[in-house]
Amino acid sequence: MKHLTEEELVGYREGEITQREAIAEHLTSCTACRTELERIEAVLSALDNLPVPERGPEYGRAVWQKIAPQLPEKAGRGWRAWLEPRRWVAIGAMVAVVIGAFVAGRWTKKLDAGTPAASVAQVKERVLVVAVGEHLGKSEMVLMELANATLPVSGPKQINISAEQKRAEDLLDANRLYRETAQQDGDAALASVLDDLERVLMDVAHSPEEITPAKLESLQKRIEAHGILFKVRVVGKELQEKQKTTNSAPAATDSKVRERNKA
Amino acid sequence: MSESAGSTPDREALQSAARESDALAVERTLAGERDAFRVLVERHSQQLFRLAYRMTGNEHDAEEVVQEAFLRAYRNLGQFGSRANFGTWAYRIAANYAIDRMRQKRTEDARRSTPSSLAEEQDPLDLVADDRPTPDRLAGNSELRKKMEEALKELSSSERTAFVMRHWEGCAIEEIAAVLESTTSAAKNTVFRSVQKLRRALEPYVGARGALQAKAAGAAPEPRGTEL
Repeated sequence: MKHLTEEELVGYREGEITQREAIAEHLTSCTACRTELERIEAVLSALDNLPVPERGPEYGRAVWQKIAPQLPEKAGRGWRAWLEPRRWVAIGAMVAVVIGAFVAGRWTKKLDAGTPAASVAQVKERVLVVAVGEHLGKSEMVLMELANATLPVSGPKQINISAEQKRAEDLLDANRLYRETAQQDGDAALASVLDDLERVLMDVAHSPEEITPAKLESLQKRIEAHGILFKVRVVGKELQEKQKTTNSAPAATDSKVRERNKA
Repeated sequence: MSESAGSTPDREALQSAARESDALAVERTLAGERDAFRVLVERHSQQLFRLAYRMTGNEHDAEEVVQEAFLRAYRNLGQFGSRANFGTWAYRIAANYAIDRMRQKRTEDARRSTPSSLAEEQDPLDLVADDRPTPDRLAGNSELRKKMEEALKELSSSERTAFVMRHWEGCAIEEIAAVLESTTSAAKNTVFRSVQKLRRALEPYVGARGALQAKAAGAAPEPRGTEL
């Protein structure tokens, strides 16, 4: 007798309707398949006992209290949100990078047939280096302003960080793009710094426009704890150096990227 | 997300009323009444937390996922068609964000590259479920729980999502495919792969004295709420 496959048994256990009756019939007469199903069932039953921490009836209210200060006055209107001017800053940056990379690719194609293939990557990389360098510079400014903001001893109980918050929000989209590009290019070190930066930017962007001194302090601690300013400065500096060298020397090879990743 | 099977007419009526009131709350929010969104947050937070916790495996991340999901839902409310179910839509946003978060964490973990604690030597029989509520057994259960959490962590983010949505949340395969941005057959395959991996990892700890001995031989398991 042909036994059921593991896939058929899992599908049956998880509610698949395909050949359900035929499988059920087979199971009544086949001890081996029944035992196999019981073993699958044992694992899934054990997993069912994994507890989920209870959230009391007040949980929904608590979530609302946390997010309410971060909600804009009006709910997003879908694509209309893309017409907001601040969106165009990030979109502009992205378009500039894409066009730059495209033009660089076209330009290098026109070179002699003997031109090494590395030069295409070299020019593309140069465009990215400039864009990411600028992005890191802008991010550093935002984080510096927040990290150095002084906590009021007296006076207003709320601190307005709307300017930093808006800038962080604008930087987020570009940061995501650069991080993904760095990941795709196998530049783990840069991807990792951009990843850390994204979390902090997200924190700032999602903060309310006016925050309490305690919240500001917690933001500052977060910036400090990640050592993000230091990392951004180091990578920014490194990119500046790279920009200088790529203008006069060949682009970093894969082995150089690998070395940096190791470091 | 799908409703579970065996709903009583009363429950269905309640769910339908909730959906109608969700639609009203969405309309009011879009009309500029920010506080109307509160109804939606209070109604769906628990459900989103359960999903987020199972996907991320920790409370802190789960709470962040819930908050972020509602923030995103609010910002993109214009894209939400009133014909759809707000709960399902918010659920999908939460699942997508949880996937992003899990991937980010994975990158971080890979960077730190600590050796997996799964490699720790332990006799599987020490962790086998038993009927006797002895202190040993309780300790064993907490160890077993740790193993289960570790096994879930070993799944890829797509596999974990597929497993959570299918096994625990009873979602239809089409919904899983939509969240994973894959075809239904790929989603079905991901569900299978996740169960297979969990089985390989956990069977040594739960299989020996299987929990199903009480089940009558040949008794077919009840199909889940939705069909694959």
